Amino acid sequence: MEINIKNLEHRYMPDSPFERLALVDVTLTIPPHAYIAVIGHTGSGKSTLIQHLNGLLKPTKGEITIGDRTIRAQEKAKNLKPLRKKVGIVFQYPEHQLFEETVEKDICFGPMNFGISEEAAKQKARELLPIVGLEEDVLQKSPFDLSGGQMRRVAIAGVLAMEPEVLILDEPTAGLDPRGRMEIMEMFYRLHKEKKLTTILVTHSMEDAARYADEIVVMEQGKVFMHGTPEEIFKEPEAIRKVGLDIPETIEFIIKLEKKFGVRLPRHAYTIDALADEIIALLKKEGSL
Amino acid sequence: MPPIIIGQYVPVDSIVHRLDPRSKLISVFLFILIIFLANSFIAYGVIGLFIGAAVLLSRVPLSFIVRGMKPIVIVVIITFLLHLFLTKQGEVVFQIGSMKFYSEGIIQGTYISLRLLFLVLFTSLLTLTTTPIEITDGLEALLHPLKRLRLPVHEFALMMSIALRFIPTLLEEAEKIIKAQSARGVEFTSGPLKERMKAIVPLLIPLFVSSFKRAEDLALAMEARGYRGGEGRTKLRILTWGLRDHLLLLSLFILTAILVWIRFYMK
Repeated sequence: MEINIKNLEHRYMPDSPFERLALVDVTLTIPPHAYIAVIGHTGSGKSTLIQHLNGLLKPTKGEITIGDRTIRAQEKAKNLKPLRKKVGIVFQYPEHQLFEETVEKDICFGPMNFGISEEAAKQKARELLPIVGLEEDVLQKSPFDLSGGQMRRVAIAGVLAMEPEVLILDEPTAGLDPRGRMEIMEMFYRLHKEKKLTTILVTHSMEDAARYADEIVVMEQGKVFMHGTPEEIFKEPEAIRKVGLDIPETIEFIIKLEKKFGVRLPRHAYTIDALADEIIALLKKEGSL
Repeated sequence: MPPIIIGQYVPVDSIVHRLDPRSKLISVFLFILIIFLANSFIAYGVIGLFIGAAVLLSRVPLSFIVRGMKPIVIVVIITFLLHLFLTKQGEVVFQIGSMKFYSEGIIQGTYISLRLLFLVLFTSLLTLTTTPIEITDGLEALLHPLKRLRLPVHEFALMMSIALRFIPTLLEEAEKIIKAQSARGVEFTSGPLKERMKAIVPLLIPLFVSSFKRAEDLALAMEARGYRGGEGRTKLRILTWGLRDHLLLLSLFILTAILVWIRFYMK
């Protein structure tokens, strides 16, 4: 499903003293099955942007096309359910949305709202548990008896159970320990590949953005500041630092290396292992190994 | 979602905003008393001028004032109609079929409507120009003498300010949960009434859970910072009674004097 955003503008509380312009003239195309990272610091408009993608917010100007559905500023948006079924959002701290008596009921809540039978939903819940890294015995427990990390996984399963075609992740790993972060990011990447999901990741972490995304969108003050493949983005480390973001450690290392030894390295090593391989390859080429 | 305005406070800078909340509270209280002195169009005209001046000085956009008056308009219309239909004094002004409308009915109806409108207008001017926290501080200061009667004035004020402090937080939280549940297919604003009633559950339960958690955190944080109740506690926001507060009260006394004069001596 292709997503087309055209001249999108969003104002919070228009015509009041509290009016705030959150998005200015955003134009963006997200190809089907792509993994896009939206990055920017707090208040740059990234969360506002993604909430337009399933009609939670309505543009004050411009339009958005998601698959066969178009939402325009001038028109009233009616019957958003089919759109919301296709576009799943994992919000920041998704465990705050849990409310049912048992984990099973909570996971089934989304799909059943979209008209899937109870049996099918329960089946889905059981399939999803191992995917999000939970044991089957949590199904009948109250979600409020679980640990924070487990609650997060239940909430994620609740969104995945709707079988969305587009998955939006709003800082899904905020507040998790490093291992939990890794596991959850890897899980989303696997799902993205296996189910051919269009994935949109909102994050502060340039490392995550670089490691997983096909394209990175850098937001700044409600505008698209940069947009390109990670490699294109990291060609301009100064611009990135200017908007208060960091470039990944590995890229930082490559830049220093290039300066010191006057060599050229491709800028797509985003893990320490990949970086080591690049350096070995370089040394081999230079004949010093 | 429509924008939610906490209380109704409009953050602009004006002389009315800068008044001490105590003087504003006293004025509103006085105003509620003296409006009952008015029983002629001249008196209502004077009050109207007074309120008009207050509104102008407050620099609150008129649209906000109109918005605040909307809920009361229905009540005003009903009161007016009741007087119109039920008062049978004075001359018959006009007649529709067998219904006769009397002059007293029209006059009394207008008086009561104006009185209601002015009351709401003046009290809402207080909430439009004073933050809820200021109002609480003002109330605490004004009620302070009641401490002698062993009334827990400080605790009462603390409860109120905590409640007020968490209204925006809870609203924000509610908005987030509404969004998260909407994304899971709950319809809060459309669909049959029964469905919408059911939609309250996935909103309220997470809200309660996080409120309890917040209350616990807050109690801990307060204790960690040595909170021991109101004894000997100083204030961050010190209320200052200035010249403008004297002027406000003076103007209300003048208004009272004029109203008394109109009522008892002007014939």
